[in-house]
Amino acid sequence: MTRQFPAFAALSLILAAAAAGPAAAQTFAITNAHVVTPGPVGEVENGTIVVRDGRIVAAGSGVAVPAGVRTIDARGATVTPGLIAVNTALGLVEVNSVDGSVDSKTTNSGISASFDVQYGLNPASTLIPIARLGGVTRAVVMPDYDDSDVARELPFAGKAAMISLGEGANILHRPGVGMMLELGEDGAARVGGSRAAEFVQLRQIFDLARQPPREEYPFELSQADLAALRPVLSGAMPLIVVVHRAADIRQVLKLASDYKLKIILSGAEEAWRVAGEIAAARVPVLINPTSNIPSSFDMLGASLQNASILKAAGVEIAIGGNDAGHRVREMRYNAGLAVSRGLPYAAGIEALTLAPARIFGVSDLLGSIAPGKAADIVIWDGDPLEPLTQPTAIFIAGKEQPLTSRATELGKRYAR
Amino acid sequence: MLLGTALALLAGCSTASSSARPAVTPPPPPSASPAPAPAPFASTYKPLPAADTAIVGASILTGTGARIDNGTVLMAAGKILAVGTDIAVQPGARVIDGRGKWVTPGIIDAHSHLGVFAAPGVQGHADGNENIDPYTAHVWAEHSVWPQDPVFTKARAGGVTSLLILPGSANLFGGRGVSVKNVPAVTVQQMKFPDAPYTLKMACGENPKGRYGSRGRAPATRMGEVAGFRRAWIDAAEYGRKVDAYEKKRARGEAAEAPKRDLGLETLAGVLKGDILVQNHCYRADEMAVMLDVGHEFGYKTRAFHHAVEAYKIADMLAAEDVCVATWATRWGFKMEAYDAIEENAAILSKAGACVAIHSDEQRLVQRLNIESAVALAAGRRAGIDIPQEEAIKWITINPARIMGIADRTGSLEPGKMADVVLWSKNPFSVYAIAEKVFIDGALVLDTSDPATRHRSDFEIGQPVGEE
Repeated sequence: MTRQFPAFAALSLILAAAAAGPAAAQTFAITNAHVVTPGPVGEVENGTIVVRDGRIVAAGSGVAVPAGVRTIDARGATVTPGLIAVNTALGLVEVNSVDGSVDSKTTNSGISASFDVQYGLNPASTLIPIARLGGVTRAVVMPDYDDSDVARELPFAGKAAMISLGEGANILHRPGVGMMLELGEDGAARVGGSRAAEFVQLRQIFDLARQPPREEYPFELSQADLAALRPVLSGAMPLIVVVHRAADIRQVLKLASDYKLKIILSGAEEAWRVAGEIAAARVPVLINPTSNIPSSFDMLGASLQNASILKAAGVEIAIGGNDAGHRVREMRYNAGLAVSRGLPYAAGIEALTLAPARIFGVSDLLGSIAPGKAADIVIWDGDPLEPLTQPTAIFIAGKEQPLTSRATELGKRYAR
Repeated sequence: MLLGTALALLAGCSTASSSARPAVTPPPPPSASPAPAPAPFASTYKPLPAADTAIVGASILTGTGARIDNGTVLMAAGKILAVGTDIAVQPGARVIDGRGKWVTPGIIDAHSHLGVFAAPGVQGHADGNENIDPYTAHVWAEHSVWPQDPVFTKARAGGVTSLLILPGSANLFGGRGVSVKNVPAVTVQQMKFPDAPYTLKMACGENPKGRYGSRGRAPATRMGEVAGFRRAWIDAAEYGRKVDAYEKKRARGEAAEAPKRDLGLETLAGVLKGDILVQNHCYRADEMAVMLDVGHEFGYKTRAFHHAVEAYKIADMLAAEDVCVATWATRWGFKMEAYDAIEENAAILSKAGACVAIHSDEQRLVQRLNIESAVALAAGRRAGIDIPQEEAIKWITINPARIMGIADRTGSLEPGKMADVVLWSKNPFSVYAIAEKVFIDGALVLDTSDPATRHRSDFEIGQPVGEE
């Protein structure tokens, strides 16, 4: 499974370039840019970025513009890598309350860990251009749970994928970037109502998945589900664990250590209380820094300072938006809010770009402005973390994207 | 869930039996006022102790459409004393250096469910929707408000000084809302905004028909909803005529039997008399236009359409009818009637001259209505509508105050008004702005430089809660 990943990545890039046509197969330069990027290029005033065939070939100060190429003068504007959203259902959901337009979850009792979002993606979703107008160029699409059948005892939601938000038919960038598992109060409810049962059952499932296949299994797991868990147990596929309470986070770290799992924590409102342990285990965390409501007994410690405390402890964090789909575009304000509560500015930018790329194993191609990387680039008319700022140009794999969406078209029709 | 329903039914039975008592009460002496007895559940709000205060050298967005740079705000005896430049600080006042900082009126949320859907969001705290009947004009949100909801404190940290707490939107008539001052309290009466008018929550669209149609009862469609509204207003008008006839007879000294009180019809009749303000949850433009006509048919005025994500399609109509809109910038697509929501809504309405408020309806957003307004401002600019910040601040100050019927006392920085004031670390439309000092009736209820002012609700005491 792991060995397939680079092949998938290369293939999808070729497809993206082919679909984009001549527009992508060209060289251009962005000059006079205030480049703000994580990675070796860093913050550069008056920088230049040269793009050829969808890739960045040079970036920094003192970079020469090849003769005769299209030049975009940024006039000192801030230029960042495209943002990478985590915890999304982009391409899987159109209207939350319209069941037929929601492909992020299933009641099928034969499909849980094997649920694979890559087959449900809709490139024509109106949510994609709307998220893109927030500077989002890539997203991790994750499955969810359908709890309408309360008898269904299946702990895993399935496999996540990385997508591109660029115009074109093929939005899949890489499938199988993680396996979703929700623990805590809601997770426990799916396996009998107690964490004390949940962790026992998880250990049994992992033990079974390590053994050769057999005819029948306890629990509702199918052959396909057990097979889907094997890359998780080999460490090839990260297990994305939605968890909130500090005590649960400790249990997850122990589970990961016992089974040598590669894990990513998500939600993690009380992570700040165990920040040192998370850092020591080198486990990254996907958070919404604005999630500060003690919405349940799982997250009485929810705090606006979660991001800054985790970062200070050395934990890698990625910052997400305010829901899985329609409000993904707000992720940059959430980073700004974390900065207002002590997160260093550069860490705020990194949590929207290079950090999610690293966490999901795509930092070879995505997440920063650097030679060799895909030309996912956004030019802003101000500080990208400020809501008063808007993107003025968006490139995905070198292709310039329209600055319109169904929503802006509606606005245009009625604004007089 | 089943238990809850059973208890609710039981409560319904006991209400019915207790109201079966003889309705005839001894008539009051003819000299007595025909007005109803003193309002029940009266406010016991008392402003907290306040020192006279001057904030000097700040940029001020007054909420009246003005911006004053290097200005001074004087607060005395809990009221705004003066706002402007070249103002002498009154002797004895505490002086706060506002240089580099911004001052606005206290932020007001005209659509909140704090206390009625309190955190943690457990079933035991779900008190916002009496969703077993579509006609519940007889319930009052204040009887569900839990003052220990920890989110009140978080809202205060976002500069929120007053809120309109409404019942939910499952019902055609959800019940009465309550306006509160956002002060730490043990009883809801201690929070109630003194002499604020009552409001009635109404809801059209997907929520009522979804709730009841799926249970095999009316309303199952939008036309069923409108029919339900019209029938209820017919009943309310008849009830109002009976009460009026009784009161006229009493005023003439004639013997008369008081009509039996009906809490629901009393509320609706209060709307028809103009005493109770209609707050109508309504998403689609076509539906709002129908609801305006329902108002014309029965002679009531809608104070505000809430959520109203398609208001931009009928901006001129809403401006002409003088109906306010309370809406978001960012929320869309969670249901069919929210599919056409756009970030530009508020800017388009403002440009048309309509009264607009940015509201929260939720626990996280109430902490940053200023940021939500910034999103709306930016979207307007993108669409070629440049609303000045001194106008946009009205979206979260004087306009929600107007929706709540309290704009004569709060919502702007004008002499004589309540000293509900926020001192921001930066321009309030910046994501980095923090409400450093929050004053309610002149009292410093939150000061980020003094952790002792950070109130913890009883629920949070002794719990491993986080900062902010």
